[in-house]
Amino acid sequence: MVPSITLNSICAPSQDVVAREIEGEVIIIPLTAGIGDMEDELFTLNETGKQIWQRLDGIADLKQIATELATEYDAPVEEIERDTVGLIQELAQRKIITVQ
Amino acid sequence: MTERCNNACLHCYINLPKDDPTAIARELSTDRWKNILQQAADLGALTVRFTGGEPLLRDDFSELYLFARRLGLRVMLFTNARLITPELADLFVQIPPLKKIEISVYGMRPESYDAVAARPGAFAEFKRGIELLDDRKIAYVIKTALLPQNSDDLEALEEWVARNPWMNGDPALSCYFDLRARRDSIAKNELIRSLRISPEKSLVLLARREAVYRKEMAGFCAKFCQPSGDLLFNCGAGKSGCVDAYGKYQMCLMLRHPQTVFDLAKGSLREALTEFFPRLRELKATNPDYLQRCAQCFLYGLCEQCPAKSWAEHGTLDTPVDYFCQIAHAQARFLGLLKSDEMAWEVKDWGQRIDSLAKS
Ligand code: SF4
Repeated sequence: MVPSITLNSICAPSQDVVAREIEGEVIIIPLTAGIGDMEDELFTLNETGKQIWQRLDGIADLKQIATELATEYDAPVEEIERDTVGLIQELAQRKIITVQ
Repeated sequence: MTERCNNACLHCYINLPKDDPTAIARELSTDRWKNILQQAADLGALTVRFTGGEPLLRDDFSELYLFARRLGLRVMLFTNARLITPELADLFVQIPPLKKIEISVYGMRPESYDAVAARPGAFAEFKRGIELLDDRKIAYVIKTALLPQNSDDLEALEEWVARNPWMNGDPALSCYFDLRARRDSIAKNELIRSLRISPEKSLVLLARREAVYRKEMAGFCAKFCQPSGDLLFNCGAGKSGCVDAYGKYQMCLMLRHPQTVFDLAKGSLREALTEFFPRLRELKATNPDYLQRCAQCFLYGLCEQCPAKSWAEHGTLDTPVDYFCQIAHAQARFLGLLKSDEMAWEVKDWGQRIDSLAKS
């Protein structure tokens, strides 16, 4: 079951993946079996994705993360919130993160 | 990871006996390997290949495998499958390599397999290894070497491959065997020479699926066939490379010429990749025979000639290897790229010929 993601969700990178930063991109490499459908192609995070990923510490909720990013990048908070929830939903589906 | 192997395949260019004390004493320690893997990951490598000899002969194989996977490296394992145990197969399920395991198969019957591997009982162990993978649905692909001892097995092998869900197309088939990469045995080289397929027989093999072969080659030649000039390295050698069992970093899996390897006890992967190999990649051929033939030959892309083969065969980097030359010429004649009395390096209108092959 994929947990439904809201702005109150608190997430952390799964222990079952390895995240590597290569030439500025974050690439997620599955470690254990059954992580998404990534047998051969790896999941890459874009710049926004990377900023979100680096803030997934199992403490801050998504609202806090989005607010922080909106301030930092001087962007509309609703838009960032939408992007954050969207990305986290995908990461949760692929079991790349754990949701508390 | 090791040049030792539990098989003693007749055609092999590298294998040493599995208990070879000198090889064991010289091989890198677990910590040295970990350090090299760490360097590779720090450089942004995404995949490492564990090969040998037989890499599963290393007692620390699982430890190094796990270490690499935890660094976020995908592992491409080349093995003969004989040493796969239930525990190892379980590990591949739990922590998948993320690359299909590549298994070399030397026959489909005990008589043929054991004759090629020169180890009685080897076939039974190979079968067991395969069963362990099959039971767990672990992805693997099959490669084979075709020798007189196992040539009757080709059909059975192809039938087996056709049922393999992880393969599309025929198994990679080697029959143009390389000589010993360490130039360590005249006797073994003689044996390897005697096992090489003749140019005529190689055509019979290719003609089994003539239409497909012609079509593939038309595309291939259009892309890769042209004279290479006097530059020695026209391939990817030295862009990623290969660390041998003793910590010498080679430009490619094959090339062991002492002047082209970088000692990792004295420097890093990065230094080799950014300083040492790029200098070597600028090397030019000086052998007049090479300059007259290979440098001007439009079959260069089709032919197996390269510095590594030249080294294994002649101990130099730029000597044409007659066997590969004959094979390339036979193929080119079969494809209609050459007339029977022509030598490829003399042909000037090669571009037109490749065009007409594409249209035919
Ligand atoms: S076909 Fe002969 S001349 Fe041409 S590249 Fe190969 S070895 Fe050299």
